[in-house]
Amino acid sequence: MENKQNVCNEIIRRSGVNPRKCMKCGKCSGTCPAYDEMEYHPHQFVYMVETGDIEPLLKSKSIYRCLSCFACIDRCPRGVEPAKIVEAVRLEVVRQQGNNHLKPNDLPEMLDVDLPQQAIVSAFRKYTK
Amino acid sequence: MQRIGVFVCWCGSNIAGTVDVVKVAEALKNEPGVVHSANYQYMCSQAGQELIKQAIKEHNLTGIVVCSCSPRMHEQTFRKTAAAAGLNPYMVEIANIREQCSWIHKDMAEGTEKAIVLGRTAIAKVNLNAPLTPGESPVTKRALVIGGGIAGIQTALDIADAGFEVDIVEKKPTIGGKMAQIDKTFPTLDCAACILTPKMVDVAQHEKIKIYSYSEVVDVKGFVGNFDVTIKRKARYVKEDVCTGCGLCTEKCPMKKVPNDFNLGMDNKRAIYIPFAQAVPKVATIDADYCNMLKNGKCGVCAKVCTANAIDYTQKDEFVEEKYGAIVAATGFNPISMDKFDEYAYSQSKDVITSLEFERLMNAAGPTAGKLLRPSDGKHPHTLVFVQCVGSRCASCAEKGKEYCSKICCMYTAKHAMLTRDKYPDTDVYVFYIDVRTPGKQFDEFYRRAVEEYGVHYIKGMVGKVSPEGEKLIVQGSDLIANKQLKIEADLVVLAAAIEPDKSARPLATMLTASMDTNDFFTEAHPKLRPVESPTAGVFLSGACQGPKDFPETVSQAGAAASKVIGLLSKDKLTGNPCVAHSDEMMCNGCSSCEKVCPYGAITYADKEFRGPNRTTLIRRVAQVNEAICQGCGCCTVACPSGAMDLKGFASKQIMAEVDAICK
Repeated sequence: MENKQNVCNEIIRRSGVNPRKCMKCGKCSGTCPAYDEMEYHPHQFVYMVETGDIEPLLKSKSIYRCLSCFACIDRCPRGVEPAKIVEAVRLEVVRQQGNNHLKPNDLPEMLDVDLPQQAIVSAFRKYTK
Repeated sequence: MQRIGVFVCWCGSNIAGTVDVVKVAEALKNEPGVVHSANYQYMCSQAGQELIKQAIKEHNLTGIVVCSCSPRMHEQTFRKTAAAAGLNPYMVEIANIREQCSWIHKDMAEGTEKAIVLGRTAIAKVNLNAPLTPGESPVTKRALVIGGGIAGIQTALDIADAGFEVDIVEKKPTIGGKMAQIDKTFPTLDCAACILTPKMVDVAQHEKIKIYSYSEVVDVKGFVGNFDVTIKRKARYVKEDVCTGCGLCTEKCPMKKVPNDFNLGMDNKRAIYIPFAQAVPKVATIDADYCNMLKNGKCGVCAKVCTANAIDYTQKDEFVEEKYGAIVAATGFNPISMDKFDEYAYSQSKDVITSLEFERLMNAAGPTAGKLLRPSDGKHPHTLVFVQCVGSRCASCAEKGKEYCSKICCMYTAKHAMLTRDKYPDTDVYVFYIDVRTPGKQFDEFYRRAVEEYGVHYIKGMVGKVSPEGEKLIVQGSDLIANKQLKIEADLVVLAAAIEPDKSARPLATMLTASMDTNDFFTEAHPKLRPVESPTAGVFLSGACQGPKDFPETVSQAGAAASKVIGLLSKDKLTGNPCVAHSDEMMCNGCSSCEKVCPYGAITYADKEFRGPNRTTLIRRVAQVNEAICQGCGCCTVACPSGAMDLKGFASKQIMAEVDAICK
């Protein structure tokens, strides 16, 4: 529980967003062009981070569905900036220390002839334990 | 040497909770001039006041210091107490140890220390106080109401019914304001015009009321009871006292393409026009921006057809000067501009309209003669979407919207939705809302009726964007309860635009030296207890210029403002403030610095004869203060380079003594 709250606090710190400013109008989700692709929608991201219900977000593919078009940021009447929260949750997953995100065995499938050597090396450095 | 009494108030636990009142009273006992020091739970109570009166008599006090709340709360109380015990009321000083001390400190030691310093400061001042006697000024028994909407109309009628003269200054050619543009009123669904126009006629016929229509206040001088106001009567190129309002000119004028502001530009009027059938005064006005005769001297049709010879192309703006005892601001509101809300496609589609435009579309005297038709193609709309809170409760975007709730939109949107479903049962009506706010008599019942009886679809969520596609408007919004994103194909979208104070309010506030908040609403003298008075004496507030409000609230406030005006005008004399400026003629060098900075015009100069050395006489130019006009603001004392100007009750040496006491 405490850890969950710590994760939320870190997300709030990293995004610079104060989810308490949200007045639950839903304009972010009304405006989102990727809404139908998302399991959790922009207003839910804000609410779930505010209430500490972070696990489902970390596991959800929704974090990769956000286009970062920032329409929600532009139109939010309270200046909450939901896209920054989505980004911060995404970083929480991507940045998790010590996890093996990229296994050498998975690599052949992902290879692309146009992919430069440096990208593969750099990806290994970032994502492999 | 003064004999000073110090009285430290506990204010229950308000002060005593953070300030050691016993210690304060003890510490101040030894200050110079203090002969008596006491503390009590509630100094403002009857018993507390008795304590002060007794001490004044017993110890033969010549001045008192009350360490209590802000002087705005109880200075008057303690001055009266002192007066009742035979002490000059201006020998009383208040040390504010509540608002400026106990309420802002948490630490007892710090709070106590500061309270002692504040008490010592007040004592230092009383040591230099002198008894003062206020003068009197007469009251001009006539009121000015600025704004001729329902607020101004009601205030003027109530004042006039009490027997006082009232002038209404209205910048438009007719009185009536926003209410004249509105179709029906919630929650009773009365026809707005049917209840407003009789009041407009009452105003026109009242012998005590004079209407300055198409006019503006351009200058205000003076003070409570004695305002000098300059009113600009804009040239309407029609003689107001001759025009019969027959309307023939408005039919014959060949200039047909003038946007009709009364219908919010949704149809056209002529260059000479009468805003609407029940206009008061019912007099034509020429729009100089469009009239061919005024622009290039070619036309003159209106003058030819006018049987009363009322047209006068040579008319000029006139300036009228009037005296008033009281001024009421009733400048009203406007919907904010929708230009910055691109997501709702207001500027892209004619079928996205504001709620006020919707009122005109529903009104029998509107551009569609009361038939609900799309502005773009004149077709009957089948799907309507209402969007609430457009620009209201908008904290992030000061340049776009307003942080406050506009208060009236929930109810008028419910009214619009209900009326649409009532008149056109073949329509689907959706309302997107954040919260439905319906505090008021019969208000929630009204909203529920819209939902339950009229089948209006209320959707908890906000519209994200509106995109015109062909003849339709695609409304994309969220339904938070169903956790869905909706796309509605609408024919008409109605935006409940936030309301803001009229743009004329800010310059008017400057002229009146009346204070405003950051949103340009007039500030009341006290938000709870003096809601219809401005902090500036003699200036009163009526209607939406003080904050968003609906008709019943506006009318109540208008009546309340009128009763305050009547209270003021029924006095023959006003007791002035004796804390006024005074010039030491021996020190004055006649430089005119004070005269230039005086906002009230209270300073004049006179040549006076003085005795010079060796039996000579000198003529010197010296400043003289008119005590009836001076408001004691102190500008002159700061401007005076020779130190001749001083303020009674706030003399420079008193202020310096206070500063010294703080720094000791």
